[in-house]
Formats: sequence, structure tokens, C-alpha cells
Amino acid sequence: MRGRGSRGLAGLALGLFMVLPVLPLVIWSFAHGWRFPSLWPEDVSLDGWAIALSDRAGVLQSFGLTALIAAATTLIALLIGLPAGRALGLYRFRGKGLVALLLVAPAVLPGIAVVFGLHGIFLRLGLTGTIAGVILAHLVPVLPYVTLVLAAVFSRFDPAFEDQARSLGATPLQCLTRVTLPAIWPGLLTAALFAFLVSWSQYLLTLAIGGGRVQTLPLLLFSSASAGRNDVTAAIALLYILPGLLVLIITARQITGRGAALTGGIGS
Amino acid sequence: MTDRRRIFLLLAPALMVIGGLFLTGLGLTLLRSFRYMPALGLTDPDLAAYVAVLTRPDFLASLGFSLWIAAASTLIAAMLALASALLLRQSFPGRAVISFLVQLNLTIPHIVGAIGVLYLVSQSGVFARLARAAGMIAAPSDFPILTNDPDGIGIILLYVWKELPFITLILLSSLQTLGEDHEAVARSLGASRWQAVAHVLLPMISPALLSASALVFAFSFGAYEVPLILGANAPKALAVLAWQAQTEPDLVARPEAMAMAVITALIGLGLLLATLRSLRHRGLHAR
Repeated sequence: MRGRGSRGLAGLALGLFMVLPVLPLVIWSFAHGWRFPSLWPEDVSLDGWAIALSDRAGVLQSFGLTALIAAATTLIALLIGLPAGRALGLYRFRGKGLVALLLVAPAVLPGIAVVFGLHGIFLRLGLTGTIAGVILAHLVPVLPYVTLVLAAVFSRFDPAFEDQARSLGATPLQCLTRVTLPAIWPGLLTAALFAFLVSWSQYLLTLAIGGGRVQTLPLLLFSSASAGRNDVTAAIALLYILPGLLVLIITARQITGRGAALTGGIGS
Repeated sequence: MTDRRRIFLLLAPALMVIGGLFLTGLGLTLLRSFRYMPALGLTDPDLAAYVAVLTRPDFLASLGFSLWIAAASTLIAAMLALASALLLRQSFPGRAVISFLVQLNLTIPHIVGAIGVLYLVSQSGVFARLARAAGMIAAPSDFPILTNDPDGIGIILLYVWKELPFITLILLSSLQTLGEDHEAVARSLGASRWQAVAHVLLPMISPALLSASALVFAFSFGAYEVPLILGANAPKALAVLAWQAQTEPDLVARPEAMAMAVITALIGLGLLLATLRSLRHRGLHAR
């Protein structure tokens, strides 16, 4: 079949394009000296990885800090986004369009204008240079994603189940843990993973609010890239991809289906 | 509890966070862009910062540069994404692997991709080495300057690579909800494969394509870290120029940084609202 063959070739080209910028990172991370014009490193070594993973480099601490910030941001965003998503998904009310627009805006507007003002506010509150300040700041781009995903989840949720549970004598807490949460669980997981990755990728907000004192992985990666050790930089870059890869393996299907459908819904 | 009260309580925490952080942050940037900074003795708001910024040649160059990279990246990414989506909804050997790679790209932070592009297409990068091996160039300086270049080729390359999967996945989910019926009907009525795609499928997925492209444009127009790594010294991308002005020791330069940020956000906002309007408009006509 001619069609399948040419599609296979086009697919190959697409796949190659997708991995292209990652390939030099993989090679560099194992290179011990890779001067122009060599096509392949003169020596293969684990030096880059050894330095990146050593205590002195602080990459692992930074990895932990970035994960902590992302996890805390995710948790807070879920606690706040869950009720908001419920309101948007289950009810029709006046001003709903405006509320939805307002809740989505931080994710789609160029961030730099918010970053400057937020820095001024946090300076006054003594939150600059603190982990708590960075977590609060990350809520700005993260909360819209969580709210949107959960609004879509709740729009397919039937609250009649909750009424039945309650009429059968369930307490509000039982109702939440035995009926609502299990019903929205897949969507909640998608929202949580999205939130984690959005926080995990933040650069400018962390730089501005953390003021260089909260060294998350992207900040460390940038200083390493400017310092010019390509092997170490490449190893850090690959470590930085890892959580995203894990998330994808956990929920590949959910991200394509639901997540993409949701982000597509922002504009419409 | 009435529904209204319940809705208000459900929304209150989110609105407080968005109001307290996002709107207040924007508001403070706006106030400072009008040179209202009581701490510095500036208590009469004016438009001097905007006048200063709009007559700065480096700002105008940055504005043009950011519009260029956003427009070029969005256009190329959207066209390739359309082709990729049409490809990925059909079956071919290795499709599962390819769609995994497309999704994987979505999770890779921009800064990682930017460093990868740097190692790939810089004058001593992988492509330059391949060109040398093929005898096309003799020294790194013979290779075209594709990173930290005044045309932003490296930046555009990164955005195309990074945003193609984003648009593709949105198109795929839009195609999924439409199903195959409409195309099949068109084919059975005698439309060719190409006619079915161009006249039936394309108009149906164009709202998704348009909104995804608008998001990509707004993002690549205002983003900071990619041009920081792959951009030239001049012209700088808007966000890079604004950040530089903001970190200058001279506090009097701050309002100009704020004005640049406000103009960047306004252009992004204008584009998104125009897209929203055009989608609504179309929706009304379709009805």
C-alpha cells in the first residue's frame, strides 16, 4: 500500500524532528571533550553525570526543592480549583463567562506584566526570596489549568449521586470521599499532573520572586549553560525532563484526550 | 443554602487568589507604568514612560522582533501541526511511537529545548559538524549564524518544535469529537479526498486551529527564557528588554520597564480577544 508507506515516512520525519534537540543533549551528557569537527565525542565518560549528581553541584537539592514547590503549588491549586471547577462545571449563573475569562486569563496573557507588579507586592510583604513566595506566585499560572480541567470534569458529573448518598445517611465528608472524589478521580489526577508540570517549568516567576535565592532546576540549568560545561549542562537538562517523562508514562492517554480537549476549549 | 450563595462560596477562594495576585500584580505594574511611585516622591501619574518607551529605537526594534518571531513561529507551527494531525489520525506503522514522541515533547520545558537547539544548530553544533563532514564548510565560521542571530532563526526553530505538538494535540482532540462521518458523507457525494479535507474537515477544525494558534502567538510573543538563551544582543525580545530595564540600578528607569510590560500584555490581550470575538462571530453565523 503506497499510502501507508508514505505516511510511515512522514511519521518518521515527524518523530525525528521531535527528538532532534534532545539528541545532542544525550550525546553531550556522556562526552568527555567533543571538539569541532568531531562527529562523535573523542571519549565517552560519565564525568558530566558524576558532577551533576555530586553534592557540590547542588543539582539534587535543587531537584528536591523544585519538586517541593511544584507539589505544594499543586496541592493548594487543587484545594482552590476544585470548588471553582465545580461552580463552573455544574451551575449556570450570571457573569459566568466573565468569571471563566478571569480565571483563565493568567495562563494565557504574557506573564511579564504580572511578574513586575507581583514582585513589588511580595517585596512589601517580605515574600521575595522565600520558598513560600515562589509557591504563591506559581499559583498564578497553575490555578487556571486546574480550574479548567476540573470544570470540564464536573460538567460530566451528576450531582444526583451525592443527593442519593446523603439521603441514605452519608455525612458530607463521607459523601465527598466515597462518592464525589472517586467519580472525579481520573480528572483530578490529570489536573494534578498538569499543575505539577506547569509549576515545574516556571522560569521567570521563580527568578523574579525568588530573587536568585530560590534556586530551582531551570535557574540552575541556565547558570550551568552560561558557565559553559556542556556535558554537565546536558546531564542537568536530562534530569529536568525526567518527571515529565514519568507523568507521560503514567497518563499518556488522559493527556491526549482530556487535557488537549481542555486547552482547546480556552479560546472557544 | 441558595444556589447563588453556594456558587459564590465555591468561587470565592479562586477569585481571591486571582484577584489578590494576578489583578493586583497587573494593577501595580500599571500604576508604576504611569509613574505613580509615592516611595520615590512620584505622586502625579502621567504618560511620560510610554512616550519615552515608544520613542526608544531599541524598544521599537524589540517590538518588531517579537512580532516577527511570534508570527513566523505560529504560522509555521500551525501549518506543520495541521499536517501532523491529519497524519496521526490515520494508521501507519510506528504510529504509537510517533504519537508518544509528540506527547513527550509537550512535557519538555522550553529551556531544555532551547539548550538542545543551541547544541544542534550553533556554529559548532551538530549540524555544523555534519556540514563539515560532508565537505560543505571548512570552519565553524563558515556555518550560517542560526543562534543568537538578529533574525531569531534559533528562537523560531525552538518555538516551532515546541508548539507543533501543542497545536497537533488540540487538533487531534477536535478531530476526535467530530468523528469520520462528515468526511465520509462528502466522499460518498463524490468529493475527492483532498476536497473532503479542504472543504469539509478544514472549516470544521478551524476554530480549534485558530484558538490554539492565538495561544501560541501570545506565548511566543511575551516569553522570556527562550530568547534569553537563543536570542541576539540586539534586537532583544520584548520580555528580555523589559526585564533588563527592570533590573537596572537606576530606579527612574523602572516606569519604562513597566510600560514595556504593559504594552506587551496589551498586545497579547488584544490578539486573544480578537480571536475570541471572531470565534463567537463565526458561531453566530453557523447557528
